[in-house]
Amino acid sequence: MKRSDLTFLFLPVWKRNLIVYRRIWKVNFMVPLLEPLFYLAAFGIGLSGLIGDVVYAGQELSYIRFIAPALLATAMMFNAFFETTYASFVRMYYQKTFDAMLATPLSLEEVITAEIVWGATKSMLAAAIILGVISAFGYAAYPWALLVIPLAFLGGMVFGSAGMFFTGITPSIDMFNLPFFLLVTPLFLFSGTFFPVSSLPAWGQYLAQVSPLYHLVELTRLVTMGRMESDPLLSLSYLALFAVFFYFLSIRSMRKRLIK
Amino acid sequence: MKSDGPVIEATGLGKKFGSFTAVDNVSFQVKKGEFFGLLGPNGAGKTSVIRMMYGFSPLSSGRMKVFGLDIETGWREIRSRMGVCQQENTLDPDLTVEQNLLVFAGYYRMPRKKAAERTRELLDFFALNHRKNAQVSQLSGGMARRLMLARALINEPGLIILDEPTTGLDPQSRHQVWDKLRDLQARGLTLVLTTHYMEEAASLCHRILIMDHGRILVQGSPEGLISEFAGTSVIEVENPGPDLKGFVEQRGISHEELAGRLIIYTDDLNGLGRVIRQEFCPEKCLFRSGTLEDVFLRLTGRELRE
Repeated sequence: MKRSDLTFLFLPVWKRNLIVYRRIWKVNFMVPLLEPLFYLAAFGIGLSGLIGDVVYAGQELSYIRFIAPALLATAMMFNAFFETTYASFVRMYYQKTFDAMLATPLSLEEVITAEIVWGATKSMLAAAIILGVISAFGYAAYPWALLVIPLAFLGGMVFGSAGMFFTGITPSIDMFNLPFFLLVTPLFLFSGTFFPVSSLPAWGQYLAQVSPLYHLVELTRLVTMGRMESDPLLSLSYLALFAVFFYFLSIRSMRKRLIK
Repeated sequence: MKSDGPVIEATGLGKKFGSFTAVDNVSFQVKKGEFFGLLGPNGAGKTSVIRMMYGFSPLSSGRMKVFGLDIETGWREIRSRMGVCQQENTLDPDLTVEQNLLVFAGYYRMPRKKAAERTRELLDFFALNHRKNAQVSQLSGGMARRLMLARALINEPGLIILDEPTTGLDPQSRHQVWDKLRDLQARGLTLVLTTHYMEEAASLCHRILIMDHGRILVQGSPEGLISEFAGTSVIEVENPGPDLKGFVEQRGISHEELAGRLIIYTDDLNGLGRVIRQEFCPEKCLFRSGTLEDVFLRLTGRELRE
């Protein structure tokens, strides 16, 4: 990848996705609005009576308060990852949108960057809506909680880049089941989302450190309630490095896939 | 760029996919304002050549210059000055007809006002104005094709590349597309066309290149190629007798033998034609002009490719 291959021309491609998003914005808003309510209802009403309080970073928290930031972080992951896998694949493979773009002055790097940044934008939009829901329950402390928005962008770049890498190598759309069920689902369950990582055995705790979602959940807890168990700088650096690594990997895999 | 230099200058183009050679040492030039046809059976390497023209496929060997710029370093400027109408429908189904043009204009960094103006012009020119708010999926084949052409012209290109622009269209739509293409040519645009319809190539193109198996077979004007490789006249004889076969072979007359049919190529319709009509027409004889299709089939053979 040459430096001249990536310019701000990626913005019109990003805007194209925004135009499509705005056409059905009500549907696009409904999911992040209602989904956290389902979780809060199921866990808050159903499960928390069984579980009681959770000890996190040396403090006792109600269970629902513990999982509320995790709902934000997992939504950041799902929105970006879904966008750059299924949605990007449809545009690339079925709609031939990228083929049309690559006959204009756009470079492959610009098209792929726009898709990933768009995925991160969707994470940001979803996080903003969920933050509103969580705030209504009083589970977010302001003004720090506003940092969820830029954090969602970073989280979106992490999972958007990883998703785009899979789009570059997947033989067919059905094969996305593999990364979804074998990577995203375990991340969703074991990254300190629904129970503190400290309740895992030592090897499990080490393994959780590798999970980008673990660091994202930790940082989300820090900005919404001022507490976390990991080191904030370490978590931030890990996420940034992860995003950069997969960004370049995704460009490579898409170049190999598209340019013949 | 010199004003009299060729718009496209391909020198020794080569394209390999692993051990398969798709394009082998292809050289040609396209002059400004020319309507240039690139013909060949499926798998001949046409699309590979076209993709190298707009910098989509990297060259395995040789050199491609467009507007005097090397495609490898000047691809961005080249693409900003050319339009590509791809073989497949690559319209954006998530957008309306009008949005397809407006959004595409953004990829050329066209200012919003200019883009709106250009979009209006093109919708008028291609008679799509009444469908501007329609979804692309609601368009007929002919309309979708016209929108593809309109989109390829959004940046006011000096060169337009058309990869099978009329495949799958009904005769009405096809004639409409031809009219538009002639109109564009008259306005000074340089056009490169690939097609499987020889009649289309013969009527639109000034110059034609026929390729097969990745190599150039011939280049020339449609008329020149017809008179050189088919003769001005063709006589098709059904169920020819052995005496006719003997006759043409003995005299060294250019001909082709097919199952149940003999095709004779000649410039001497009066002399030879009369002899054949009087002496060797057991059932049905067809006398017609030589066409580009005759040239094409003679040069590339009649066996199926896929």
